[in-house]
Amino acid sequence: MEKHVVVIYPHPDDESFGAAGTIAKFRDQGVPVTYLCGTLGEMGRNMGNPTFANRETLPEIRKQELINACNVLDMELRMLGYRDKTLEYEDRNEVAQHIKGILEELEPSLVITHYPEHAVHPDHNALGAAAIEAVRLIDEEKRPTVWAQAITNTQLEDLGVPQIINDVRDNFDKKMEAILCHQSQANGVIRSWNQSDDLSNDLKEEAMKRLSIESFYIWKF
Amino acid sequence: MKPIDITKVQEKLESFVGKEVYIHLETTNGAYASHVNEKAYNVGVYIRNAKVRFNQAKIVGDGKSYRAGLKMEIGWIYAEGLTDWELFENEKLLMAGHDREGRLMVALQISETPFHY
Repeated sequence: MEKHVVVIYPHPDDESFGAAGTIAKFRDQGVPVTYLCGTLGEMGRNMGNPTFANRETLPEIRKQELINACNVLDMELRMLGYRDKTLEYEDRNEVAQHIKGILEELEPSLVITHYPEHAVHPDHNALGAAAIEAVRLIDEEKRPTVWAQAITNTQLEDLGVPQIINDVRDNFDKKMEAILCHQSQANGVIRSWNQSDDLSNDLKEEAMKRLSIESFYIWKF
Repeated sequence: MKPIDITKVQEKLESFVGKEVYIHLETTNGAYASHVNEKAYNVGVYIRNAKVRFNQAKIVGDGKSYRAGLKMEIGWIYAEGLTDWELFENEKLLMAGHDREGRLMVALQISETPFHY
């Protein structure tokens, strides 16, 4: 059993879309989970549908949505304080040192983050790379395992079959509850996946099609 | 935000003329544009808290979509595709263009005090 799991993603909602089922399983087993959330998603395009946020109110709204989702998933939250869309321009080593300090305090047995260069959004790639660098800097005997999540459409061709494949249909209700905490984002994000006209009005049904498997590659140091 | 009222926005724009103001200007089609549609391109521009002074300002449009242009001593700032506006914290002029799903595509914001950063 894991001792402590630390999830490191850049945006409020990455945890819910990407790993909520996996997080819920760890919490069911009594494993503590901490989310290090890189930014507040300040630059998101989705403003709610119908629109209820604007560029200036979005950060506080997303912060509250993030807190709500972490309550649903029963995990500790730490906000890292970077700004959305700027992570790749930060000094990689500085971000890695920042994360390393927190990991040394929490001493997790497992870190979950994005797979650098295979995670589509520049913030995903940059924070994933910094998180993996942070873990690499930890002494080998104390170093946690890293599960890296790829989200490119070509991940199977590029990286092979992921070693960790979690079917989360059993606790999909919990995952959906966490996703829907992100009121300003959930609707727009789910609808954006289906460009055709046969989009179901049932958001959960659409979400199930794409989000019922959470898979990760075990990082080789 | 609410649909642009050209008279009110023009009035507010003019209140900034000749003053040192802070600008937020952005356009984006999202970081996932080419992920969800391989024929699409990811494009975006973002500038926040640029300090400028303009001596002329005008909003133009057809009742649905608007353009706003600011003339400075040695240059221009403009934004196209604006649909909605709001006076934020009683002093910041927010203008944005949203697509049919309510997603922000473009924003031009002007304030006498800096935007939160």
